[in-house]
This record gives sequence, structure tokens and C-alpha cells, in this order.
Amino acid sequence: MSKSNVSMTVNGKAVSAEVESRTLLIHYLRENLSLTGAHIGCETSHCGACTVDIDGKSVKSCTIFAIQAAGAHVLTIEGMANADGTLHVLQEAFREMHGLQCGFCTPGMITRAHRLLQESPNPTEAEIRMGISGNLCRCTGYQNIVKAIQYAAARINGVEYKEAAE
Amino acid sequence: MIPGTFDYHRPTELSEAIGLLGRLDADARVIAGGHSLIPMMKLRLAAPSHLIDLAAIAELKGVRVEGAEIVIGAMTTQHEIIADEILATRAPILKEAALQIADPQVRYVGTLGGNVANGDPGNDMPALMMALDAHFVLSGPKGDRSVAARKYYNGPYDTAALPGEILTAVRFQAPAAGHGYAYEKLKRKVGDYATAAAAVVLTVSAGQIATCSIALTNVGDTALEAAAAAQAVVGSTLDKASLAQAVAAAEAITAPAADGRGSAEYRTKMAGVMTARALRRAFARATA
Amino acid sequence: MNAPTPPTSLERAEKLQGMGCKRKRVEDVRFTQGRGNYVDDIKLPGMLHGDFHRSSHAHARILKIDTSKAKAVPGVVAVLTAEDLKGVNLAWMPTLAGDVQMVLADGKVLFQNQEIAFVVATDRYIAADAADLVEVEYEALPVVIDPFTAMAPDAPVLREDLKDKMTGAHGPRKHHNHIFNWSVGDKDLTDIAFVKAEVSTKDLLSYQRVHPCPLETCQTVCSFSKITGELTIYGTFQAPHVIRTVVALISGLPEQKIHVIAPDIGGGFGNKVGAYPGYICSAVASIVTGVPVKWVEDRIENLSTTSFARDYHMTTEIAATRDGRVQALRVHILADHGAFDACADPSKWPAGFSNIVTGSYDFPVAHLSVDGVYTNKAPGGVAYRCSFRVTEVAYAIERAMDIMAQKLGIDPVDFRLKNFIKREQFPYPSALGWEYDSGDYHTAMEKALAATQYRQLREEQKAKQEAFKRGETRDIMGIGVAFFTEIVGAGPSKNCDILGIAMFDSAEIRIHPTGRVLGRMGSKSQGQGHETTWAQIIATEIGIPADDIAIEEGNTDTAPYGLGTYGSRSTPVTGAAIAMAARKIKAKAQMIAAWMLEVHEGDLEWDVDRFRVKGNPEQFKTMAQLAWAAYNKVPPGMEPGLEAVSYYDPPNMTYPFGAYICVMDIDVDTGVHKVRRFYALDDCGTRINPMIIEGQVHGGCTEGYAIAMGQEIAYDAQGNVKGASLMDFFLPTAVETPHWETDYTVTPSPHHPIGAKGVGESPNVGSVPAFANAVNDAFKFLGSTHIAMPHDAYRVWQAAEALGLHA
Repeated sequence: MSKSNVSMTVNGKAVSAEVESRTLLIHYLRENLSLTGAHIGCETSHCGACTVDIDGKSVKSCTIFAIQAAGAHVLTIEGMANADGTLHVLQEAFREMHGLQCGFCTPGMITRAHRLLQESPNPTEAEIRMGISGNLCRCTGYQNIVKAIQYAAARINGVEYKEAAE
Repeated sequence: MIPGTFDYHRPTELSEAIGLLGRLDADARVIAGGHSLIPMMKLRLAAPSHLIDLAAIAELKGVRVEGAEIVIGAMTTQHEIIADEILATRAPILKEAALQIADPQVRYVGTLGGNVANGDPGNDMPALMMALDAHFVLSGPKGDRSVAARKYYNGPYDTAALPGEILTAVRFQAPAAGHGYAYEKLKRKVGDYATAAAAVVLTVSAGQIATCSIALTNVGDTALEAAAAAQAVVGSTLDKASLAQAVAAAEAITAPAADGRGSAEYRTKMAGVMTARALRRAFARATA
Repeated sequence: MNAPTPPTSLERAEKLQGMGCKRKRVEDVRFTQGRGNYVDDIKLPGMLHGDFHRSSHAHARILKIDTSKAKAVPGVVAVLTAEDLKGVNLAWMPTLAGDVQMVLADGKVLFQNQEIAFVVATDRYIAADAADLVEVEYEALPVVIDPFTAMAPDAPVLREDLKDKMTGAHGPRKHHNHIFNWSVGDKDLTDIAFVKAEVSTKDLLSYQRVHPCPLETCQTVCSFSKITGELTIYGTFQAPHVIRTVVALISGLPEQKIHVIAPDIGGGFGNKVGAYPGYICSAVASIVTGVPVKWVEDRIENLSTTSFARDYHMTTEIAATRDGRVQALRVHILADHGAFDACADPSKWPAGFSNIVTGSYDFPVAHLSVDGVYTNKAPGGVAYRCSFRVTEVAYAIERAMDIMAQKLGIDPVDFRLKNFIKREQFPYPSALGWEYDSGDYHTAMEKALAATQYRQLREEQKAKQEAFKRGETRDIMGIGVAFFTEIVGAGPSKNCDILGIAMFDSAEIRIHPTGRVLGRMGSKSQGQGHETTWAQIIATEIGIPADDIAIEEGNTDTAPYGLGTYGSRSTPVTGAAIAMAARKIKAKAQMIAAWMLEVHEGDLEWDVDRFRVKGNPEQFKTMAQLAWAAYNKVPPGMEPGLEAVSYYDPPNMTYPFGAYICVMDIDVDTGVHKVRRFYALDDCGTRINPMIIEGQVHGGCTEGYAIAMGQEIAYDAQGNVKGASLMDFFLPTAVETPHWETDYTVTPSPHHPIGAKGVGESPNVGSVPAFANAVNDAFKFLGSTHIAMPHDAYRVWQAAEALGLHA
């Protein structure tokens, strides 16, 4: 159980910690860096509550060893806010559209939604649902999460958000 | 939730990886995307003492055309397969299947090599490789050799790869322009393994099926090449009788496990339904 | 210069963000930034981690436990077994249902994954390694898995600790695996009605075992100070005060030295009401070591051991006249409680409120009998978003009404309309002992029918059935209707208590001199948004903007005693306490205002945020001004300050209701379904925050969808648990989850201070039978009368196969 130094960039900051090879990235973030935004909801890589962004990819941080991410650029929910401290459009959108209740899936969901909108700046509802299909939520039934992402997309694209007819 | 301990290696050259695999304990494993292996390690169903990470070996990535063949590096991710222009035009069945594998996060990391190499009967790409009559390039201490996908799988987690070999690339003849294809996967939800799935690649000439290959996912100890089912529709216009014969032939080779998704009988029947639907869709594409 | 026009009453009301408006949530500010404070976020100096070694067997004697290898792992501080807990009299603990439960396996194990040893180590990785190294020798014993065999004459003895006790907490036990019988209603009159019945139906309607599966599992950090003798327990507790009292009773530690804090909780749904071995072992480990101990269960542990839900097998009979009037209802329930009856019910209700099984219908006479049995499965069950078994019996009555309607040849909606309790009949005394507070079922049903164009859907269905018979399609169409009445808001002290503590709830409201407010309640949100909605109630009651009102829950030192949040009880009980406390404050403020304005109290009227003199509205004092005055100069003889506490003992339960309609298409060749439309109309009385209500309905319907269409915790014949990971336990993603249409009517509760009834659980109650009825409705024209849940593709295909549709 020997440890080695693993360094990477998290939310723009160079970080490093002494960890075992087997230390999962989610534990590196939560325990070594005290970034407790990403959460653990399962151990079979299904729930997506641990989702972070690594070098432009959405990754379940419970299914990668920290050492595999050495040298990478990692973005977590704690790095989503703008440089001036104002909230990211997605963070505002989730509040505006009631896209969360207990908040446990929310960091992973927002981090994933961020990458989704980079992949597809103007997604249809079906694309959004497919896009977040790696993130489980037990509280919202996803409907308002979809609306939040649509609202954020509209804001980012500078168009008016139109709520779809019921 | 917590895996056992192991030593981690991250070679930058393929020769280095092969060397490590030869030198280290017999239970050393290569790790590609890790999204099959790491979950097993977290449940302590796998406990390799060494992990050899292939992520830094550049030559294992990428999609290229070599003459009539398409070559895909083993470390190409499902996400990259979906985005690849060559594959989108020359072998679109790969994109169609990749989109039905797991979920967006897993697809960013999961690799083609990882999906075909270890002989997990639940994986989707083996059937695709059989339908494309692909060959796997296995690199070892004695050099490279090629094994047909149709001959690679012996049983669950039992493949033709020898100890010390790494699956480094997949090669197949690009299907003819205008070919028909479909991957029809019955699953309970996104991210689920197939209850049953069928891959079909065919060509049509003057309204009749000229060539056809069919392979099935997760209805046997391995992916299954449904040669008789394919033969049943060659020369036909995919009329009702030929289709029924193909379905019967596909069902006949299945030997599925019963599990939470259904009984063996149900999964056999679903293999038949998926075969029929894949054939119809592939035929429609080829005659569009 | 002209003075600006003063804001109107309406403008001032809007600024308050009080009851009825879609106030954005206060909680979201921290959650969207990843700054929630959940139990596993807590790190205390010197904290150790605990992990369990668990049983591989479902029923076995323990011959030997060898912890030596585990103890030898560097970093392991202790390994506890039942022997260690016996020293502090905690090897067993009382359950909420009057039973006892092993904390660590004592001599035998009774379900797979049962806790055997608790490893405490310096980090969670070491704890996991060491837990793997505990070695146990078992002698396998025969298992009882099928509850219908639990009371066979030759059934193995499961609870050897109860072998000679033929009386349990709820009365006589008729077999060593029997727990209780609970019966209510008039058996004789009911039996007579069935003898005389023109038409009757009888069906076994089973609600399979599932699990609440909140995204955050159960966890705790226990921290004992050997210096002060104080025990601080952070945990995923829906009822933190109850946990504190239970810990005091079982540990002997004085209650004032026990500090229970429930921080942010990542979903509860009933999973986090009771006490689990992980909590007890962590507390003991902390007491023994004098340092904090954290225990976090993983998902497989959660799904297979921290309780379960449902597992009710309901033989349901309806007697009716040939022209469709129900005459009697007779139900027998076999309740599978697993190895220990750890059911989270009010203590006098071993079968919860299952006597709401008469539902929305005017049954003149009824009888219900429930038998609980032990089996070799995880103990429980908990009230999974169901207010104590309401989901189970709502499924039974809604399926049974459909089955009877089919037998009579009457449309299921018309059959319901014919038998609804009428508006004039409220308050309605049901044949099984409840007094329903208010309802207007016909209005709600008509609204639902109009919104979904129900009659046209039936026409479309008829046409599709003909097309199917002609072989033109392999799809069949189902229309599922559910009209539920549920019972929430436990409850009146006369019949509701948890371990002897009456089920009141509480609110303490304090107004600061600058007119800002701090409210503390005995409830505990796990996503319901109390920080947002409780402020809305106070805002409307006392005229201070919701944004100026801070709400706290979960710290048992500061929050007044409450029974927690589950069973949709918060709005009915805590919400009432909030209104009552606010009104005490308002009454005092009125006295101050009268004195300041030099009028009699009776000369004042309330206008949104102020008292003003009747007929002289320029003479007013706002609540903010009165708050300052309360600390400044109060009328002679009055105490300064402006605060109030209310402990509210509800006079009755509340009875939300709703009309849910599901349209579904099923491919008979694969068994795969597609939900075309789902319409949910809820009547929860007064609506505090429509946005939050809608969110609750979306979430509850999604849970109900999963339950009806595939979710299950199953066991094989040897007692191996199946489906206890997210690989197999069906949780739909955003792709499978249907689109939800929500609607409402408002029928206030006459006995509730703000007329509100609660809504959190209604969607789980109503959606499951709506989906199940849709599946069953699709197959009716082919001769099917009942297909059991869950309706996964395989089982639906099996139903089609049995009907000969694949020939």
C-alpha cells in the first residue's frame, strides 16, 4: 500500500497529493482536496453523481484511479462559477427551473450538462435526455432538469427561452 | 467499493507494455478505458497485482484507411468512434452500435479494444466485429498476429489471445458503398446490457440480398455468428418466408443464460425478433 | 415633489413571496455550487472509518468468527462483534415496530448480507481490506423465502429468540414465524354481504419488494468525547429527535448529552427514518475509542440490508350489485417483514394505515385482516414515499376496482364515478374507521377526463383492438386510471405515536429587532424544500418577506422536538405548527400595535404586512416596526421580545386525493412498453409553492414508474438476494422516464390552519396503479383479468405468450 505523489490541475489550480495507486479519483477529490461537491451514489458506475470533466470529457470519477488522471485538467462543480464569482449560467438555470431537490445528483448533473452543451450547443429535448442518461436522479423525474438545460442553452446562445407546450 | 492494492505502470511504447506484461506476475492486467475492469476491481471480483495502463501509447489510437481496409486502434474510445468521419461514411454500423453502448460518460472513456478483447458475452462490439468479419491484431513478444473475430471467442472470458498478448487494433474490409446495416439492441434502459441484440451487414443487388452477415449479442457464451440465418436470406428479396427462416436459424444457435432480463426462452425469441428487425432496417437502408 | 405612490396590497403581497407563489429555492444556492453539507462531507480530527463484514448465507448458525487477521492489518483500531456489543447491552436493539433486531449477528444470521463484524480503521480503504479478512464458519440452515410457506407446520424456526414467546408487541402469535395479526372492520357484516353478493371478485394482488434507494445511502459520523461524556451524532436522519431519544433509551447516556444533527440529506423516501446497525456500531466504536467514527454504506449494502419496502400480498375481494354499486370489501394481507419486524410505522399500527384500502369509494361495509410473517430477508419494511402502507393498499383497491369493472362490463371510470364518496358526504366515516376530512372526487375526475379526452381515447383503443385482431398491428393500447385517496399527516396523539412519543410536530419562530426572522422546526427536509416553503407560510402569516426569514431544521439541540419528515406529514403537522406559532406572534404584535396606535385591538385590521386602523388606513404599523417595538417598548405588563413556539397535535389525518391517467402502447412481441401520456391531477388542499408541488409529482411519478415497470428486490430459493445493485435494480434514466403532465384541484382540509394536506407521497401512491392498470387494460380485450407487477418486458411478454399471442 505504498503511496506516490499524484499531481494534476483541478479547477485551474495545480494540486498534488500522496495517494495509493488504487485511490479512486473521487476520493482524491473529496478526501485529499476536500472538494466534496462530486458525490458517491453507487459502486457499479451507474449513477453518475461523481461526474467530473477531465480534459474536455465527462468522466465518472469513481471509475478512474487518480493516478490515471495525473497531469490532466479536471473541472468539478466547484470550478463552474465564473472568475468574478458569479454563477455559471447552468447553476442559475437549475435554480430558475427547479432542476434539483435534494441536491445530491446536482454537481454531477451540472458538470455533465456543461460538457453536453459544449458537444451540442442547441440540443433537442431528446438529445438532452440522451445526454444526461449517465446521471441518475431520484427526486426530480428529470423533467425540470431538461428545462434547466434548455434554459441555459437559450441564455448561452442569446435567444429567448421558450417553454415547450405541455 | 474499494479495490485491492496493485502497482501501476504507464508505458509510452507498445514494446514497453508487452515487456511489462511478460515480466510481471501472471495476474498483471492491461487496462484500457477501465470501465469493465475497474468496476470488477471495486467489487473485488478482479484483483490484479499490476495494472499496465495503455493510455499513453499513441500508436494504439486512431482510425485510418489502408487500401480496402479500415484499421481502428484498440484504444479508440466509443466517443471517438461516434465522431469519426471515416467510420460515419464507410462503416456507419459502428456509430449506430456505439451509441447504444452504456452512457455518455462511459463512452468517453470506454475503448473498442476493451469492448472486444476480454470475451465478456454481454459486450456489443464482438458481434459487430463478427458481422464485419473483422480481424483482431494481437501483439506479443513474438510479434503481431491476426485472428478473425469469428474465431476469437471460445467461451465467457475465454479468447484466442495468448498470455502476454495485447489486442492492439481491429481491421476489416470496408463494406461496399450503399451497403445496408443495422444494430438492433433490446435493452431495459440506457446503460444496460443487451437482453438480445443482432448486427446485420448486407448488400443488395437488383432487389435481392447479395451478401449478408449476421451476429448476435448476449444470447450465448460468446457473441454468435449467425451464418445459417444470413444464408437463409441471401438471394431473396427479404420476403416473409426467407425472413422467417432467418429468424428460426438465428434462434437455433442461441443458448442464452436466464437472468433478471428474462428466461432463456424469452431471450432466444428476442434474438429472433432483433434479427428480423435488423434485417428489415438494413434492407431498407440498402434499397433506399 | 410628489410622494411616490405607496405600493398596493397586491404589490406588497407579491414582494412577500408568501404562500401560493413559485418562490425560488433557498437551498439551491449551495447545492448548485457543490456546497451542500452531507454526512460524508464531514471530516473531524482523528476520525476513523467503519465497515462491515457481512453474511454470505441467508440462514445459518455462526460457529466461529475469527477477527485475528483483520485486527492485524496496520491501521485497524478495533473489530466489534456481537460479543463486544453484549458488554454494553447493544447486541440487540428495539425496532420501531415493537420487535428487537440484532445489531451484529448473535449466534446466527437471518438474511444474506446481515452484519457480522464491524471493522474500525484509520481510513476507509484499510477498513475495506480488513473487513474482507474476517473469517466466519457457518452451519447452513434451511431458509424461508416464500412468505406463503412461512407458517407451514414444518417451517424452520427463524427467530429462536422468540421461540417461546407466543405473544408479540401486537398480540398473539399463531406460529413461530408469525409476527402479528391486525384486523379492523366488521367481519360478520362483510361476510354476509359477500354471501348475498350479486357479483364478486377475488384476486391475489401482490406488491413486490422494492427499496426507496435515495441517491445518497445511509451514513453517520458519531463523535464521543470521553472528557465531557457528550455524544454527537451526524447522520442521515429523517427524524433526528427520535434518533436522539432512541439512543438515550438504549445506551443509557443522558439525553441532554446526546446531540443529533441531520445535515443536508441526499434523499430519504423513508429509507432514513429508522436506526440501523451501522449507526449503533459507529456510536459504540466512538464511545470505546473516544474519537469520531464514520460509517458510509455502499449501494449494495443499502439495497440489500437497510430495510426494504412493500412485499405485501393482498387477497382482495369486492362484492357489488350487477348494476355496479359496491357493497363490501374484504381484504387479507400477508405481510413479509424479513428477519426482523423493523417496520417504521406508528406503534399502534403494525400494518400502517392499510385500512385506507377502501380508497375513494363508498363501501358500506368492509373488513381487513393482516398477518405479518418472518422470512430470511432483510428486515423492515419502511414507508417508501407511502405514508405507512398506503401505496400497497391503493394498488390493491385500484386494481380490484378495475377487475370488478371488467367483470361487470362497465368502463372503469364510470364504475368509479358511480361509487365515489360524494362531496356532501364529507367528513366521511369510512367502513374501516377513518374520517376523511374533505374531498370532491367528481370534480377532479371530470377535470382529468376532459384534459385527457378520455372518451376519445377509449374510441381510439377500440379501433386499435380491431386492427390488432385483423393482424394489422402488433401493438396494443392501454388506458390506466387510478383515483386514489391517501391518508397522511400522522398524526393525532390519540392514535399515533412512535415508541410512545406522540406524533405532534413543532415550530419555533423568533423575530429579531430589525424585523428579520429565524424559524426552527421539528421536521427535516431531504429535498422537499422546507427552507423555502416554511418561510412562505410565515411570510403570509406575519407579513415579513420570505427572503428575510431563515429556516433551520435538523439540529436537535436547537430545533423544537419533532417527529421528523416522512409520510407526507410535514405540511399537515409541521406546517400547522408554523401557522399556529406565527399566529401567536401576530396576536402579540396586534396588542403592541393597538397600544402604539392608541386604539383597541378590535379597531385594527390586518393588511398583508401591517395592522391598520379600520377606516383610517394611514394609521398603521408594519410587522417590522412592531418587531423593533417588541424589543424597545412594549405595553405595560407585557414581556419584551417577539417569538413563539407551537407544538401541534393534529386533530385528524389529512386526505389528499388525485386522478391519474396513463396511456400506454405495448409491443406484444417484445413486451416493451411506451408511455404515450401521463396525466396527474393532485388535490393537496391549499398549495404553498406550486413549483415545488410540481417537482414532487414529477419525482414521485418517476419512482412509481420504476416500481410498476420493473423494479424489484428478489430472492432465489436459497435466499441469495438478486437485483441489489444498480446494474439490476431498475432506476430509469432521463431517456426512459415519461413526460409528466400535472394538474390540480383545491379542496382545503377543514381542520388544518392553512387548509393544506401534503403532497409528497401522492404521486407514488397514484402512479403505480395507473401504470399497472394501463398494462392490464391493454390486455383486457384478449381475456386477461390480472397481470402481476412488475411489468418488465419479459413478464409482459409472458402474459402475451400465455394469451397465445405469439402463435
